[in-house]
Amino acid sequence: MGLREWLERNSTFLVLAVALVVLAAITFAIGDLLIERIVTVLFIDLVLVLALQVFMGNSGILSFSVAGFMGIGAYGSVLFSMSPAAKAAALPDLYPLLSGVQLPFLASVLIGGLLAALVAAVVSYPLMRLSDAAGVITIFSLLVIINVVLVHWSRLTNGPRTLFGVERFTYLGTSAVFAVLFLGVAWWFKESSVGLKLRASRDDAFAAAAVGINIVAVRYLAFILSAFMAGFAGALWAHFITSFSPYAFYLSAMFVFLAMLVIGGPMSVSGAVIGTVLVTVLREGLRSIENNVNMSKILSTNLVGFTEVVMSVLLVVILVLRPSGIMGGRELRWPAALSGRNRSQGSTGDKSEGGVPRADV
Amino acid sequence: MITLDFIVNALSLGSTYALLALGMVIVYGILNLVNFAFGELLMITGYSLFVLSIGPRLPWVVMAVLAVGVAVLTSYLTERAAFRPVREHSPTAMLITSFAVSTLLQNAALLIISPRARGVPLPKLFSMSARVLGQDLPIRNLLAIATSLLLLGLLVLLLRRTVLGIALRAASDNFRMTRLLGVPANLVISVAFAISGLLAGVVGLFWVGRTASVTPTIGAAPLLVAFVATVIGGMRSLAGAVVGGYIYGIVFSMIGILLPPGMMEFREAFMFIVVILILLFRPEGLIRGAYSTKRVG
Repeated sequence: MGLREWLERNSTFLVLAVALVVLAAITFAIGDLLIERIVTVLFIDLVLVLALQVFMGNSGILSFSVAGFMGIGAYGSVLFSMSPAAKAAALPDLYPLLSGVQLPFLASVLIGGLLAALVAAVVSYPLMRLSDAAGVITIFSLLVIINVVLVHWSRLTNGPRTLFGVERFTYLGTSAVFAVLFLGVAWWFKESSVGLKLRASRDDAFAAAAVGINIVAVRYLAFILSAFMAGFAGALWAHFITSFSPYAFYLSAMFVFLAMLVIGGPMSVSGAVIGTVLVTVLREGLRSIENNVNMSKILSTNLVGFTEVVMSVLLVVILVLRPSGIMGGRELRWPAALSGRNRSQGSTGDKSEGGVPRADV
Repeated sequence: MITLDFIVNALSLGSTYALLALGMVIVYGILNLVNFAFGELLMITGYSLFVLSIGPRLPWVVMAVLAVGVAVLTSYLTERAAFRPVREHSPTAMLITSFAVSTLLQNAALLIISPRARGVPLPKLFSMSARVLGQDLPIRNLLAIATSLLLLGLLVLLLRRTVLGIALRAASDNFRMTRLLGVPANLVISVAFAISGLLAGVVGLFWVGRTASVTPTIGAAPLLVAFVATVIGGMRSLAGAVVGGYIYGIVFSMIGILLPPGMMEFREAFMFIVVILILLFRPEGLIRGAYSTKRVG
């Protein structure tokens, strides 16, 4: 394949990657601490939304477990990166085998991701047989189980209490590098043979099975990749926020990721990026309104939950007006004028709506 | 030890769980919608009781009826405002909508009332106990059993003896066919949501009655209960939902005495492992409905 052809075929990834790098560079140039924090979280959220996109966007099955795998990655990495002294203070009952080890940051993060992938690989194969409501409830059950275990396995997680003493390793640069890397992974997966088979099974499960696609197997691979990305992102987040409790990895976090992906458009990688950026901007705007109102004491009580109320209304409005999100399954690509050739035969245009056969209602 | 007290407790738990599961299935059967906002209807009931207790003094029964009415109205309004417009899109769109509605209602409670728990008025009867066969039984539990049986009886009458009920049952068997026969879809769906709200409201009274308080997140636990009970009984069968609710209530109480104390805190995780196993090996639940869930592979 020539360079030109490669560039054209992967122009979506290139456009998005350049946009992310520019965003990181501008943030770095401004040098404002608050903006830097917001953009760092944006990049980590992007990896999580991409993790959701890899499974949900391509398979059409709503997956609640991303937040759970994020939690596994966070705790899994922190147990290796913390110094023995910090562990003795924060987790006095930790298993002796673990309390002495300390690994470098990147190795710990990788372990976090692999641990999440391992859990997914062990438990998820039979779950992949289920579609629609049954599939959603089983994956939701998985999230509940992971959460119960994180909350109660006190020797490893400090129970429902906050875990302190994690060193900060994740900065703007770290998160930007991994956001671009996983953007590439999500794009590559979608365009790969497995991704194509998975998308075929989403659009018509029976037709896909009829042409010989092993639906369970392709879903399984996507689920493991998704868990790995979520675990990796959770590990990055843990080393950014430095103190957290298991409740950070439950339904309210899941709501944010789902809103990001659904608003942007679950069926495309571009949708994941656009949704993440839009929702982050919107959330920060709403949150600053909330803070200003609370600071100025206009109201007798504090304004709590305002951001979520607006977000959920917006989510419903998007679902009513544009159920396949802003991008509607299309990908951003290099403007045709620049590539010099008329590309009417787009290979990645996904025209089906909602990802699932229409309901008969 | 299995005592009368234990049996009454398990049965009252089972009765409330049966109503929860029924409230979930009556919507699922028709729309294929797993309603994540179902738990919030219990929360709405609790907050309605709280708000009513601030105003002029009313008898508790009047407040309870009004609070259940608010839950019915909320359920109906969520259907009109959120579920009806997305209904023709896809099941996934509807699921995400219900998740959004759940978040919306929870945070609206945070925003309008308070993140802190609020006390709700309870009748004296709720804290009294009756002496039966030498044991003190809380009247609240006996009331829960009686109310559930009464409500189930009325529902059976509605479903079996009225045109509306027959339309509802037909719709949950095969919605498309029912529409072809001229049954108005919007009416059937609205009624299903109203009944769902009614069941949630009644259970809500007993649910907040346990702690005499209500918080914005109180809906999460009953939602999980409804999930489990529904899956055990069969997601496509109304009778299955009731059976599933009772089984869950009884099994959950039994686990309480059988499981070693160290494992107690993981009780919920065990229940959800049961859910996954049932969905995998018997997705139609204990009682088979019209047709079972599609499964690939």
